[in-house]
Amino acid sequence: MVAVVNDAIDPAIQAERLRDPQAGGYASFEGWVRNENEGREVRQLEYEAYEPLVITEGQRIIAEAGERWSIIAADFVHRSGLLELGDCAVWVGVAAKHRDEAFKAGRYIIDELKLRLPIWKKEHYVDGDSGWVNCERCAAHAHHD
Amino acid sequence: MNEPNSKTIRVRYFALFRERAGVAEEQLTTAAGTALEVFEATRERHGSAEPHGHCKVAINDAMVSWDAPVRDGDTVLLFPPVAGG
Repeated sequence: MVAVVNDAIDPAIQAERLRDPQAGGYASFEGWVRNENEGREVRQLEYEAYEPLVITEGQRIIAEAGERWSIIAADFVHRSGLLELGDCAVWVGVAAKHRDEAFKAGRYIIDELKLRLPIWKKEHYVDGDSGWVNCERCAAHAHHD
Repeated sequence: MNEPNSKTIRVRYFALFRERAGVAEEQLTTAAGTALEVFEATRERHGSAEPHGHCKVAINDAMVSWDAPVRDGDTVLLFPPVAGG
């Protein structure tokens, strides 16, 4: 299941959905909300996702992983809305016959997901300021170019 | 009267672009022929400085390249730099 959810992600429940008697290995990745980014203290994160395209592009990424490595099943779930420090922002799971495929496919899925999916992250800082990640910086670069 | 090649499209803004535009979507009558030309037109309109190379675009819920043609009645979705994960 590829999904965008507003509530807490439970990785154990997600992992159960991938269980398969053919699977000899399961690899997962969880992205957590960190208290710092580029030297600024982060208080909260806010994710915005355009769900229709997260689903279609996300399914495409999983299909690509399935073409490259011999996996049994793969899923990911991404949060939207307001997250606190330590919350799970994204979970990626892969079940495969062997560990190598599970790790490699999982790495591919999280890397592509970060590059390709229409998801945005706004950081709320301890000092009261806030900013969209990757946006302010590239706006600043554009001014300097 | 409209220019011969002008079209009416719906433009949807997300995240930073929505905040800059002050609206989530708007109708535009434009002579823009490609997704990139729509992006440039909205950039002038709302004063964004993002280079298009850092952004993404979709037409009618399909991701497209910047040279994709825009037709009358299309919905163009403008995505600022993404930051999932």
